[in-house]
Amino acid sequence: MKDIKSRLFASDARLSDLVTAHPSLLSLLARLNIPLGFGDRSIADVCEASGVDTAFFLLICNVYTFNGYVPSTAVLLGTDMSGLVPYLEKSHRYYVDKRLPHIEKHIDAIAHQLSKPLLGQAFIRFFDQYRREVEEHFRHEEQEVFPHIGRLMAGERDRSYRIGDFLQSHSDIEGKLGDLLNIVFKYLPPQVDDDNVLDVVYDILRLSEDLKKHTFIEEKIMVPLVGHLENAILK
Amino acid sequence: MMKKRLLIVEPSEVIVAGLKAMLDGQIRFKVLEPEMSADHLDERMIAARPDVVLINPTLIGSPDLLHHEHEVAVVALVYQYVERDCLKHYDAVIDIRDSRAALIETLSQATPGDDDTPKSNYELTKRETAVLVELAQGKTNKEIADALNVSVHTVISHRKNITRKTGIKSVAGLTVYAMLNNLVDESTLM
Repeated sequence: MKDIKSRLFASDARLSDLVTAHPSLLSLLARLNIPLGFGDRSIADVCEASGVDTAFFLLICNVYTFNGYVPSTAVLLGTDMSGLVPYLEKSHRYYVDKRLPHIEKHIDAIAHQLSKPLLGQAFIRFFDQYRREVEEHFRHEEQEVFPHIGRLMAGERDRSYRIGDFLQSHSDIEGKLGDLLNIVFKYLPPQVDDDNVLDVVYDILRLSEDLKKHTFIEEKIMVPLVGHLENAILK
Repeated sequence: MMKKRLLIVEPSEVIVAGLKAMLDGQIRFKVLEPEMSADHLDERMIAARPDVVLINPTLIGSPDLLHHEHEVAVVALVYQYVERDCLKHYDAVIDIRDSRAALIETLSQATPGDDDTPKSNYELTKRETAVLVELAQGKTNKEIADALNVSVHTVISHRKNITRKTGIKSVAGLTVYAMLNNLVDESTLM
């Protein structure tokens, strides 16, 4: 852990350096309300200009970049976390409106290259089912969990939901992508165009990494944070 | 060199202890926890995945069922009178009076696969394929167990092995896999 801490990003670093070193953070910026075109300004300057809390921005970037890094309770409670739920909601939209349709386009193209129509249909149905599961998963969080957090943050004694239930019902939305990955690159017949397959494999890998971090942020940051809020307010 | 997995199925504790003592110190076989009877052998086979079974033929009679459902060598362990015909389908026969060297040699020769090139462990067995086909038709574990005349527990073990081998967990994904490999007739899925 000490090792990770010494490598964490600091607010005086240039944002461009951070993105150059870890290009995957690029997809995070829009979700954190940071537009591109930040030039050579420091992280603190860019955040301030965009109205984003610098400490919160760094916390998310650090968790995203350094596997296994979990901010301490002191860091969590000392940071303005009001941006967390909007960030998670934006991430949901990013997955549902941008990433999944992208993958779906490739799946459709592949399905049409399969010689047997029913096989193509089964392939499409498999993906459809997955997308519905993901949407249902997100809907539950947006309708049950996030409003609860909003009310707690506003100081309301909201007892309609307890975060302790979250982990029990938090289903695995990233695992099934593994099924898709295995089918696509191991078992598709050679008649399918390789370009489509490679594109979709990269898309799936990227989404799967992203979802892993998303789940990590929900389970290791959101849950403990809400636990503290509940303890402080509902006692 | 990969050690072969050896499962002893023998009701006599004395015989089992003797065999274990004889196999102690050799490096070709990993001796699995023995079974005292054939009652739960099918489940055990699926869970333990032995390469060779050393079994008292009076427990099962013919080894055909084991051969049919698992990729395994079946070696008879004989120390009482057994009908000659009954032994002919075994991959080898070991007599209780055999020497330690003969015991190990016979087991080695009967065990499939060359030591230097362990054979692929990723192909589905006939039984696993049968379970997969039923799964692809949307059947539940219970329905599959009834159709194949095995326990639900056995079906679950098969499913674990299917997932381990293919990397695919969900039924929807396995259905696509079954179709891609021409294991199911498209008309049976509708």
